[in-house]
Amino acid sequence: MRWMWIDRIVELDKGARCVALKNISMAEEHLHDHFPATDDRPSKPIMPAPLIVEGMAQTAGILVGHARDFAEKVILAKVGLAEFDREAYPGQTLIYEATLDRIDPAGAATSGVIHQIDYAAGGEKQPFGRVDLMFSHIDQNMQGLAFPEHNFVFTDQFFDLLRNSGFAV
Amino acid sequence: MAAMSREEIQEKVTEVLVEALGVDEDEVEPTAALGADLGAESIDYLDISFRLEKAFGIKIEQGEMIPESALQNPDYVSDGQVTDAGLEELKKLMPYADFAVMEDDRSVNKVVDVFTVDALVKFVELKLAG
Repeated sequence: MRWMWIDRIVELDKGARCVALKNISMAEEHLHDHFPATDDRPSKPIMPAPLIVEGMAQTAGILVGHARDFAEKVILAKVGLAEFDREAYPGQTLIYEATLDRIDPAGAATSGVIHQIDYAAGGEKQPFGRVDLMFSHIDQNMQGLAFPEHNFVFTDQFFDLLRNSGFAV
Repeated sequence: MAAMSREEIQEKVTEVLVEALGVDEDEVEPTAALGADLGAESIDYLDISFRLEKAFGIKIEQGEMIPESALQNPDYVSDGQVTDAGLEELKKLMPYADFAVMEDDRSVNKVVDVFTVDALVKFVELKLAG
């Protein structure tokens, strides 16, 4: 299963900023259930908010991982803020802009801004929401817990995404 | 810049804890333990240290707020209990904390309970004093 909620990286400034795009498509099966038609109204496909948070987590996670050359296992540890001004529909694009606020051996903090492009409404970039996250470098945990040696976070899927977006890894 | 008063530090620390832990301002009492009373989990301590850095313009190194390396030292922690030498070391490394709660219970899990709001304010005071 591909659990990728970003389609392309368009900007990657090491240790500073990462920008990714997500094109929402009716081919995504979950949109047929979120929400189906009822007797009273037609179907209303809306991208679920947790998947928008996941999209930002993948964008910001790449930023945090790249800052340490993908040597750390970067795990989403805390959603400090998730605010959305509107809904996101198929045919629209979300633009995730993640900024690295702080990184140290134990983890990192990022702040994120999301914009939306609605092609049916002029195609202008509109503010959509904000998502601030905390990541843990899990091998550096305080309990001294051991995790598998291979980096199960940054799999080939992530590296392929970076390569296909034109970034050397 | 003029030195910050205790009250000003307390106010900013309270703001940091309200934002990081999602607690109400009136829950942030000086004696409240960050973990036991305010619900802080391990990632929250990192979040709090990042936010303190930003709020006060200070740099907090890993292990400075909670000296985890001492807690992994077998001379200081044995069978999950902080030894006499360990308690002395922690008192030296964490001069801002009151270890009275550990007099009767030396469980290593108890160490985070010394991290009260008051201890955090004193920690910042010491950092600002250089």
